[in-house]
Amino acid sequence: MKNPIAGGAGGAAGVEVALPHPRTSRVQPRTRVLESERLLAALLLAPAVLLLGTFIAYPFVMGVWLSLSSTTVGTAGTFVGLKNFEKVWNDSIFREAFQNTAIYTGLATLFKLSLGMWLALLLNRHFRGKRLVRASMLLPFIVPTVLSTYAWRWMFDPTFSVLNWTLYKLGFIADKLPFLSDGVWGLGCAIVVNTWRGMPFFAITLLAGLQTINPDLHEAASLDGANAWERFWYVTWPLLKPVTLVVVVFSVIQTFSDFQLIYVLTGGGPANSTHLIATYAYQIGVATGLLGEGAAISLFMLPVLFIVVWLQLRYLRRLEGA
Amino acid sequence: MSRQNLDRRQFLKVSGAAAGILAVGQAPAFAQGAKLHIVRWVDFIPEADVELKTRQMPEASKALGAEIQLETINANDVQPRITAAVQSQSGADIFHLFYNWPQLYQSALVDVSDLAEKVAKEQGGFYGVFTPSFRVGGRWLGMPHSIVGNAIAYRRSWFREIGLEQFPKTWDELRKATATLKKKGKPYGQTLGHTFGDAPTWSYPLLWSFGGAETDQSGKKVAINSKGAVESVKYMQALWKEGCDEGGLAWDDTNNNRAFHAGDICATLNGASIYIVAKRQKDKIKDEKGEPMFQDIDHAIYPLAGGVGQYPLYFSNGHGIMKYSKNQKLAKDFLAWLHKKENFEKWFQVCEGYSVAATTTWEKHPMWEKIDKPLQLFRTAARNTRIFGHSGPSTGKATEAFSKYIIVDMFAKAVQGLKAEDAVKWAEGELKKIYEG
Repeated sequence: MKNPIAGGAGGAAGVEVALPHPRTSRVQPRTRVLESERLLAALLLAPAVLLLGTFIAYPFVMGVWLSLSSTTVGTAGTFVGLKNFEKVWNDSIFREAFQNTAIYTGLATLFKLSLGMWLALLLNRHFRGKRLVRASMLLPFIVPTVLSTYAWRWMFDPTFSVLNWTLYKLGFIADKLPFLSDGVWGLGCAIVVNTWRGMPFFAITLLAGLQTINPDLHEAASLDGANAWERFWYVTWPLLKPVTLVVVVFSVIQTFSDFQLIYVLTGGGPANSTHLIATYAYQIGVATGLLGEGAAISLFMLPVLFIVVWLQLRYLRRLEGA
Repeated sequence: MSRQNLDRRQFLKVSGAAAGILAVGQAPAFAQGAKLHIVRWVDFIPEADVELKTRQMPEASKALGAEIQLETINANDVQPRITAAVQSQSGADIFHLFYNWPQLYQSALVDVSDLAEKVAKEQGGFYGVFTPSFRVGGRWLGMPHSIVGNAIAYRRSWFREIGLEQFPKTWDELRKATATLKKKGKPYGQTLGHTFGDAPTWSYPLLWSFGGAETDQSGKKVAINSKGAVESVKYMQALWKEGCDEGGLAWDDTNNNRAFHAGDICATLNGASIYIVAKRQKDKIKDEKGEPMFQDIDHAIYPLAGGVGQYPLYFSNGHGIMKYSKNQKLAKDFLAWLHKKENFEKWFQVCEGYSVAATTTWEKHPMWEKIDKPLQLFRTAARNTRIFGHSGPSTGKATEAFSKYIIVDMFAKAVQGLKAEDAVKWAEGELKKIYEG
């Protein structure tokens, strides 16, 4: 390697970079244009910017505009300021949906984290058929959500539930359990399905994190007399925290804005008791045609998610700095 | 193309096309490649969709010289599909419209008054419910097509077992009978879920029957907080606890059909599909004695007597041509073709009374003399139906209240434990945001 230089103050210390050969021949004007780093950077970035602009920025800006307008289906609305937000805030169904979303996200994330961690720790051990178990564990994550939720819906069916039938035949229940016909049970069922579907993502990511931990550390802790719990708490957990936080951030975003699962499982019923913000926004905006109000409902997710993610990332940065 | 510039190739093209038209004997009605896309619900009588898809669409395609495509989707998804199509200004040329949807989508629908008035004139006029629901500002924005009449399908032998030769006639009698049958493990099945058909067609008439109404006659003042509305909710609470399958809170429009055919419920509010499907699948759908179940099914009128009146809400249907459609003329020609007596008749007969026509002349059709007695009830069922928004006009605001399931949820909240007065108060608050906000 010729002309190696060490990274300067702004570069990564100790990294050697090869500089290009100085050109001796005269550069053609067209080639000179292509060699302009700014132009090249702009060209390389353009496809990504175009994609982001079309599929993320435009819908977002459109959503913000709709939320500030009186648009309904088929009629272009006028600017109404924060009127939609005010109306939504005073809407009892929205408040219920907001509360449901918080409970659903909180409990589902907690279950996914604890069960995912437990599964990851089990799968980190050596046993026969480990690969098969790891592969099959991903099944809930691979199956399209709509399909798997339909299967769950059949299992929870008010009339033909296989779970009720089994429990009844085994003598555990005398009456049907109201899986989807009671608000609290309905939300509970949704949390179960979400946990079932999302747990593999936690497990596989945490497993990847576990495998980066040097086994010598565990060995040293064992020699110092640490038991299994102490080894987990003082060795594994601190090293796994950054990965865990990243997974939790992703999960919170996905769960808070979940739509498919509730739409298929309960449709937000009975009597709105399982509506989440996303399903209620859909009912108001798309089904009822009140696009301005629907957009305002969905935009309520933004500040909440922003604060949650900001806090988590701030904590993560502090962990990395420590 | 000027005469001077007509070269040999162009001459051959033009003369070839002319020869083709002469050979076929008629000019193509529309430019080659013209397509028409129609979205309708998945019919509860599967044979009705088969009739449309495999026979009528190909025939219409041939008659109109265009490709007619019918897409059927879940009824609960039709409204979101219309919204998406209107906002993106692309999608199906014709949509299935329920209840009073032309009020909600009025800015996006083509005026079909000429066709509607022609069909009404030829076929004895539309049933009363279509004028307040499909006519907006003096113009027909939807083409009325049919009405699904709802009645209570019940098991004759089970009611006989408790000493009733006929289905209960009044609300009180229904309450007593279903309480007895529930104790025998044969409850009444009723949905109070977020679903388009059986939940609103139960809830609105129950409210009206006890004297409740969404608004006053102006349609601008909410009038739900009344003695009648509270009484209707109290009745529902009692009926639910004593006589209903409490799983109904999570049912959609298909659950009661399945539960009835499985022998889990004694009765349910439904169209004629429970009877018709049980008859057409008599080898599969049997009662506890192993006999075809349809022989034990009969229908009773809903709502019941004993209140201030009996006003049903039936499921009125029609078609709307979308303003963004590039094939509006073709779409109108298709609807005219669909409503020709000889074409409509074939579909009407396949439905066997599940869907009746939007016009009154079909009450005299010879089919009614041939079909089974339990289906005869649907012959004149559409005469007396109301639409939501009562006591005011059925405007887009009434559709909004319907789409938000406020009346259905008022009952659903009450049967889950909310006090009747509080459930009505909750509905009043929600309705005020719509009608007075």
